[in-house]
Amino acid sequence: MRRLLNTLYVTLPDAYLACDGENVLVKVDNEIRFRVPVHNLEGIVCFGFAGASPKLMYLCCERGVALSFLNEYGKFMGRITGNVSGNVLLRRTQYRWADDKEISVRLSRRFIAAKIINSRAVLHRALRDHGKVVDNKALEYAMACLARMPERLEKALDGNTVRGIEGEAAHLYFSNFNQLIVSQKDGFPIFGRNRRPPTDRVNALLSFLYTLLSHEVAAALESVGLDPQVGFLHRDRPGRQSLALDVMEELRPHFADRLAVTLINRNQISEAGFVVKENGAVIMSDETRKEVLTSWQKRKQEEITHPYLEEKIPLGLVPYVQALLLARHLRGDLEDYPPFFWK
Amino acid sequence: MLVLITYDVNVTTDLGKSRLRRVAKQCVNYGQRVQNSVFECLVDPTQFAELKHRLESIVDPNTDSLRYYFLGSNWKNRVEHFGAKVGYDPEGVLML
Repeated sequence: MRRLLNTLYVTLPDAYLACDGENVLVKVDNEIRFRVPVHNLEGIVCFGFAGASPKLMYLCCERGVALSFLNEYGKFMGRITGNVSGNVLLRRTQYRWADDKEISVRLSRRFIAAKIINSRAVLHRALRDHGKVVDNKALEYAMACLARMPERLEKALDGNTVRGIEGEAAHLYFSNFNQLIVSQKDGFPIFGRNRRPPTDRVNALLSFLYTLLSHEVAAALESVGLDPQVGFLHRDRPGRQSLALDVMEELRPHFADRLAVTLINRNQISEAGFVVKENGAVIMSDETRKEVLTSWQKRKQEEITHPYLEEKIPLGLVPYVQALLLARHLRGDLEDYPPFFWK
Repeated sequence: MLVLITYDVNVTTDLGKSRLRRVAKQCVNYGQRVQNSVFECLVDPTQFAELKHRLESIVDPNTDSLRYYFLGSNWKNRVEHFGAKVGYDPEGVLML
């Protein structure tokens, strides 16, 4: 199994990234603040930054390190990538399959079924851990509804039906999401999902975590030679990483939602760590963002046993493993794509 | 795995000084300088072989020496630090 390497997060607004030999340098006012060998890294993520030298970009392309730029609020702005890597035959199969309605729907069903089961697992976890404080009836009802959905999904014959069931599941899940928050309930109210801009703190947190996750999924897909822009469930749209969004669906509950809930329930972040703008948009403060990134990095190093491979891997490698399994399915080595299930 | 690399390069001649600089440069490429002429490198076996080869083609075995200490992948409980020049943990959270 591939090794999970580290990701460097640069949140200093006036940091300049450069390179020296095989080292990545972070400079502030021309003074070297940090130096790390590039072979220890798998990605560099910059938030609202002063610049990066072309030579560093060159080094990142050469070594396959994903260099992403996010604005200071965590919105994805762009990424430096080298040559399109991997197998052209694999990508061709991907395009053909994306055009094939039947195959697209079959794969969409896999992604969404896993998402629904994993969402249900998140609700189940709340019921188990905080059974005394949550509204058991509402949660049990939602869980029962969610449990029935994969069966309906199997009968779905076109993309719109799949998207319909997904929407229904998401509504059911997010309308119960406020129950998962057991401490700081007043500071973190949430009733349903909203974005662009997120209008409450939980939504701001979720949006940020989803951005981080999509960065990793896109990089993982690219590293196995798939095109992150051509999806099966999400249709093509310029600039949209459709396949990354597809594969992300099944990972959202366990990777992002659980982490958001944990951060709030353990009081690692607080109400004061968010800024509400005049237009109602909620954004994170720098400290909160750092706290979230730190927990995200720690989370990625937790070891789990992958349900399909039955092998112990760090959580951060799961996007890579899923990308690999999808590529194997496209190559015909696997009968079907096994999505990621978490109990 | 983490490899600790220390070296002694004879600097009484100009050639020696140039060797010292070149050795240091290679070590910086692969790891972090924790003290003068002491480096901690987090490398895989291939990268280590590469580094070793590079270093050994620079030094003069009659006057200089290199020492490698292998701390394995479970190195965190084998290293303790006291005093100034605290390094970073290459497997920990890297955020600036």
